[in-house]
Amino acid sequence: MRRARQLLVTLFTFLWPLVTSFGATPVQSSSSTSIFSPASTPAHTIFRFSLFVLAIIAAIFGTVFGLLVYAAVRFRMKADDDGREPPQIYGSNEIELAWTVLPVLIVFVLFVTAARVIHQIQDARRPPGAIEVTVVGHQFWWEFRYPQYGFVTANELHVPVSDPKHPTPTFLKLLSADTDHGFWVPRLAGKTDLIPNHPNQTWIEPHETGIYFGQCSQYCGVEHAKMLLRVYVQPRADFDRWVRTQQQADPPDVPMSTLAAEGRRVFLTAACINCHTIKGTVADGRFGPDLTHLMSRDTIASGAALNTPKNLRLWIQNPDEIKPGCLMPAMNLTAQQFDEVAAYLMTLH
Amino acid sequence: MVVGGVCRKRAGLKAGATLPAGPLRGRWYERKPMASDSMPLPQGIPLPQETRRTWLEIAHEWVTTVDHKKLGLMYIIYALIFLVIGGVEATIMRIQLLVPHEHFVSPEVFNRMFTMHGTTMIFFVAMPILFGFANYMVPIMIGARDMAFPRLNAFSFWMTAFGGLLLYFSFIGGNGLYGAGNAPDVGWWAYAPLTSPAFSVGHSTDFWTIALLVSGVGSIGTAINLIATIFSMRCRGMTLGKMPLFAWLNLVMAGLVLLAISPLTAAQAMLMIDRYLGGHFFDTQAGGSAAIWMHFFWIFGHPEVYVLILPAFAFVSEIVPVFSRKVIFGYPIMVGAAVAIAFISISVWAHHMFTIGMPSYANAFFVLSTMAIAVPTGIKIFNWLGTMWGGKIRYATPMLFCLGFLFQFLIAGLTGIMLGSAPFDWQLGNSYFVVAHFHYVIVGGILFATFGAFYYWYPKVTGRMLDERLGKVHFWLFLIGFQLTFDSLHIVGVLGMPRRIYTYEPGRGWEIWNIIASIGVVFQIVAMLCFALNLVRSYFKGKLAGNDPWDAWTLEWSTSSPPPAYNFAAIPEVRSRRPLWDIKHPEDPDWKYE
Repeated sequence: MRRARQLLVTLFTFLWPLVTSFGATPVQSSSSTSIFSPASTPAHTIFRFSLFVLAIIAAIFGTVFGLLVYAAVRFRMKADDDGREPPQIYGSNEIELAWTVLPVLIVFVLFVTAARVIHQIQDARRPPGAIEVTVVGHQFWWEFRYPQYGFVTANELHVPVSDPKHPTPTFLKLLSADTDHGFWVPRLAGKTDLIPNHPNQTWIEPHETGIYFGQCSQYCGVEHAKMLLRVYVQPRADFDRWVRTQQQADPPDVPMSTLAAEGRRVFLTAACINCHTIKGTVADGRFGPDLTHLMSRDTIASGAALNTPKNLRLWIQNPDEIKPGCLMPAMNLTAQQFDEVAAYLMTLH
Repeated sequence: MVVGGVCRKRAGLKAGATLPAGPLRGRWYERKPMASDSMPLPQGIPLPQETRRTWLEIAHEWVTTVDHKKLGLMYIIYALIFLVIGGVEATIMRIQLLVPHEHFVSPEVFNRMFTMHGTTMIFFVAMPILFGFANYMVPIMIGARDMAFPRLNAFSFWMTAFGGLLLYFSFIGGNGLYGAGNAPDVGWWAYAPLTSPAFSVGHSTDFWTIALLVSGVGSIGTAINLIATIFSMRCRGMTLGKMPLFAWLNLVMAGLVLLAISPLTAAQAMLMIDRYLGGHFFDTQAGGSAAIWMHFFWIFGHPEVYVLILPAFAFVSEIVPVFSRKVIFGYPIMVGAAVAIAFISISVWAHHMFTIGMPSYANAFFVLSTMAIAVPTGIKIFNWLGTMWGGKIRYATPMLFCLGFLFQFLIAGLTGIMLGSAPFDWQLGNSYFVVAHFHYVIVGGILFATFGAFYYWYPKVTGRMLDERLGKVHFWLFLIGFQLTFDSLHIVGVLGMPRRIYTYEPGRGWEIWNIIASIGVVFQIVAMLCFALNLVRSYFKGKLAGNDPWDAWTLEWSTSSPPPAYNFAAIPEVRSRRPLWDIKHPEDPDWKYE
């Protein structure tokens, strides 16, 4: 009886990894990044393939695990052992052949399937309606260029939802301005690295609208952890409206409060313009994110903080507070000037 | 199927018993050790008197020793010290990741922790500890009195030791003029261009590079030494085909070290040329290639995994037969599989690079080669299973750890198949799933087998048994802690958590698994304390072991525990793979069946 209980304990201990690793149900919350809740063609293809792989390894696991447990229990030395050595078996060519050929066949099947999926995803044809975006990885933020529409934005990628009848996938050209980065939005596609001097490509074709979360997946320096990424999948009409907004420049003669107007003056005369672009002004820096339509974004600091007036002011005043080690310097302005610059930035819709 | 004589009576050697006398009197194992065995002394010179030595003399002896056993022990103790340091670094990371947005350490410190943890555990724990066992055991197992090049052996150890100290000196001297105290923070792969002067200011990366260069020279020295020893120092009758699997696997490992460490050393030299002599190998801002570094690193990095796992296989291949009371199943196939693993392992490196945008046919090739390695690895698992099958398994601590190894290595191999399927890897790669996978290999596989080796050979090395009860507590606590930590990390990886992040966002379902993973660390720490206590207490108070406490079959159990400086009073002569079996069962020796 005690032996049986011991056996159960042993079984449970060794089964635990199986149950927990593969029985885990994907979290379906809105901010899920589970690879098992795909919402885009390549992610779906990978998901289906991964189920196939899981089925095979589950079968292997079940067999070998069962044999191991059986051998470990059945052939343990009994308490009333007679002290004789068991028969010495030196090997068997037939058995060796069997457990060589069978795995070879499994390997062959897995290889052929994997090769098919690799080809399907990597060598996918680009349909005429495809959206093109150039993604540039920076320490520690994302630049998104839309060459078809002629504007640049940052950190929040907008793409149209793809209608199965008229597929509009988005093809992403991946570049890096400094170190290696990795573009990974688990529910949309597998990850692809952004490597300097080594342009890469990936694509997504989302079928459901919504916000999809991801982040940099290749260690890129101090703030790698807060190089977050959002993909906004919108209905085509919303996407087109968003594109039209983004194409506009900062209108110089728009009426604004004196606070904001003063902030504009501070911004355009301080070092801000060395790194940031605001279309329609002298600010044309390329080192930091384009701020022309800053207020159209939900987050700042590459997703590290929500785009609220308080966070915005804090970010200008002391970026390290939100993202220690990021490359934006604290600007050493006066408290009044921080208020003014923040007020100006809040006019950039 | 070759079956030896059925149901032979066990020799029944108990602790302290001598090998059976009788018709075989006068053979090598009967001779009493004599002073002249170690070194013939000319007549007229008095033998040195045994006197109590001062600490300084003892220290001097250890520092200047060229004895393979002392060097092996120093490798192991050195690795254990670094294991503690690497463990502390891991603990710091697990505390920081306990909850989202924690501020236990700064991002800079966290990045140094994972860089140092990885570098330390691979280069200054796993390699030295396995080299230590190889150094100690290989010469005795092949009936030699030392390694082929004892001085090279000492040189190699001290190079490795110096490398580790150099790496850790970076905590003090890392940033030089810019302010002291900055360990490397580029990750243990040190991907270009993060290591270029533009992104890695100061000297921390230099410490990392030179530490690996220096210890790499040591590793190459040890590898050459092992190969030379195994090829030229085997005792009479021990053909390559009659060598214990332990020696075979370490031979293959040593060959792989030569193949793997050389490209790493070359890449480190190129990196230093980039950093100080204006080279542009990896400097992307001047047209260098980041991808070339990745290729260099992983053509070292993947064979390195097998450099570490082959010695673990060696432990299991010795322990499983002895505790199942059966000869190893399919010896020639086991040797062939090890050679096949080594051979295939040099063609799989780019499966670490499925996400860097290689052409589809290159990805497909590396899927195939990676899958192919599963075949010989599977053969090994099946042969251990075959060895246990029909045996009489004693669950002493070494066997428990080996059983843990078998189960966990099986899982590690299967998650390896998941990661080896390129499309699946596009999702799983660089996530915590990978972290969990390779910890299953290195902790669940290699470390478990190494613990088994500790419990198995400690009696030989010290003359005293490790405490069995404490050993079992160690096993179960470590098993539970290991499972809690690394099972959770598999799941959190599937949920999309990338590795190497110092903090993470709430609301993605990652919190609970991170908490469980961190709780597992507590169990592991307590288990390690049990182990440390066991090592120290048993050294003074352990049960006396005698020559052959496990009733085993390889040559190291024929000499005293601990073995004398010269290992064997007379150089042994063997006729089969299990010389002690032949002696214990003269009526039914192994050599009739091999």
